[in-house]
Amino acid sequence: MRFGQRPKQSERLPLEKKGSNYGGEFQMSKVMIYGEIKGGKIKKTAYELASEGRRLADELGGDLGAVLIGPQSAQFAPELAKYGVDTVFVIEDSDLEIYNSEFYAQALAYVVDEKKPEILLISHSMQGKDLAPRTAAKLGVASIADCVSFELDGRTLVGKRPIYAGKCSSKWVSTASSQIASARPNVLETRENPKAGNVEIVAFTPDKGRSTYTTKELNLDTSGKVDLTEADIIVSGGRGMGSPDYSLLEEMASIFGTTATVGASRAAVDAGWRKHIDQVGQTGKTVTPNLYVACGISGSIQHLAGMGSSKVIVAINKDTEAPIFTKADYGIVGDLFKVIPEFNKELRALLSE
Amino acid sequence: MPDSETQIKVNSEGTGIVTDGIKYVINPYDEFSVEEALRLKEKFKSGEVVILSIGPDRATEAIRTALAMGADRGIHVNDDSLNQADPYVIAQALAAAAGQSEYDIIFCGHRAIDDDFGETGAMLAEFMKIPQVTLVTKVEVAEDKKTAVVERDVEGGKEVVEVALPCVLTSQKGLNEPRYASLPGIMKAKKKPIEKKNAAELGVDTEPKLQCRQFTMPMERQAGKKYEDMEPAEAAKIVVNALRSEAKAI
Repeated sequence: MRFGQRPKQSERLPLEKKGSNYGGEFQMSKVMIYGEIKGGKIKKTAYELASEGRRLADELGGDLGAVLIGPQSAQFAPELAKYGVDTVFVIEDSDLEIYNSEFYAQALAYVVDEKKPEILLISHSMQGKDLAPRTAAKLGVASIADCVSFELDGRTLVGKRPIYAGKCSSKWVSTASSQIASARPNVLETRENPKAGNVEIVAFTPDKGRSTYTTKELNLDTSGKVDLTEADIIVSGGRGMGSPDYSLLEEMASIFGTTATVGASRAAVDAGWRKHIDQVGQTGKTVTPNLYVACGISGSIQHLAGMGSSKVIVAINKDTEAPIFTKADYGIVGDLFKVIPEFNKELRALLSE
Repeated sequence: MPDSETQIKVNSEGTGIVTDGIKYVINPYDEFSVEEALRLKEKFKSGEVVILSIGPDRATEAIRTALAMGADRGIHVNDDSLNQADPYVIAQALAAAAGQSEYDIIFCGHRAIDDDFGETGAMLAEFMKIPQVTLVTKVEVAEDKKTAVVERDVEGGKEVVEVALPCVLTSQKGLNEPRYASLPGIMKAKKKPIEKKNAAELGVDTEPKLQCRQFTMPMERQAGKKYEDMEPAEAAKIVVNALRSEAKAI
């Protein structure tokens, strides 16, 4: 898109080409993770990455580092140490209080360039999706995005990642160093493995000469509602809900507790009953909760792709032929408006025990 | 890319997917991009919408579709060395091609629904040394066309940012409802120019940064237990109890 009057900006090229290798030989065998902090708290994904990073570092025979960015972020070092982090590298510059893609990418790339880990793991959260590629581009590499598991082939990181929204899977390696990969939230297991968790303050101030955006408003939902991609339990409604009234599903989610949230199928979103951020499927979010309860969702190929990796699936649908039943561990054929109230009653009784 | 209705099958060598009989469409997130650019042009009653695409011969059809929606011209980078390229190489090629044009906003889909990398937009912005705003759901360009106020999705909320143009914006669902091409639009599109380029003309280093080792089909999930012709209360009780005692999910 161009509006017409802007002078030609050809001086932006040629591209700055960064070396894709740091001389070939590594002196340090080290794995590093980036720990995401949001709303003054460190995210659970940081522990997932630390646990996985620890495993990889042990296999490689080296230390595990973690990078934290933002004022007062050193306070989270003891928590990371519990999950196996040897050294926490902290950049506390006051300009880094709010996440900004350019400044955070500069900071993270700086640490990687200084410490030269063999592997850097980032969460494939919304922030990670924004940060990982920009950081990787600065370092002259690409990120193996959205991995669900990792293995080592010698010193090469192999990331397994679903493609076509999970309709098939693929294994990828990076041909350049450092090897950067992002991990899907909620998939890697957390394992405690206490280490020293030494803190190293890294002096870094972002280069403000690079154009970026400024955040005007940050409206985070303070109701404590967990994001679909991070939820332990998802109660999802589709066309069978028949209206925007999702109170039965909201009730079920609230009985499950704070780690549960409500999702929707594309049909429900397209009907205007739910917001697009609630959509599960190939053109929505790919989710991996412990428990997925599909209510009035027939199970289109796109929807099944988006939730098929859930650990346990329950389907409630009046159509016994609905494809969702081919993926469900437990299926109830019946009118959801009769089944769910009973389900909620049983659930409340069980969970209040 | 393959339509989202497509059943994906991995070929017998595990090197890719079976492409026979696949219907190819524009990535849905790219449709949002085309639509948003057209709306900006209509609002300001000036400007040009250029469709830049990297892909094999069939990408021409996708470009024509966007031209039929109302875009002005196309640039088609067609080179065997780029057709299976990773996001880094693609972003390098896009940066080189975009760098030969003038632009105020480069819209990209925030991810492709085939390989799902979601890296190209941010990498392109970095290579062009311009800002990126990803996962965009609303765009308001200022009257002077020097800045834009943009809404983006963040986990559990919204962020509103102000960004100087030129910039890269990656489109998220919710940005708009893409129009269909009209019949006159389709007729006009046939006469709109599509410039062809290859990797050498762009001076792009096509050495891959990522390599795919293997494609596999996911584990097929088996259907579990189904409770039919049962009182709702009874079925609910069985399943809730099984979730605790058998599945250990709650």
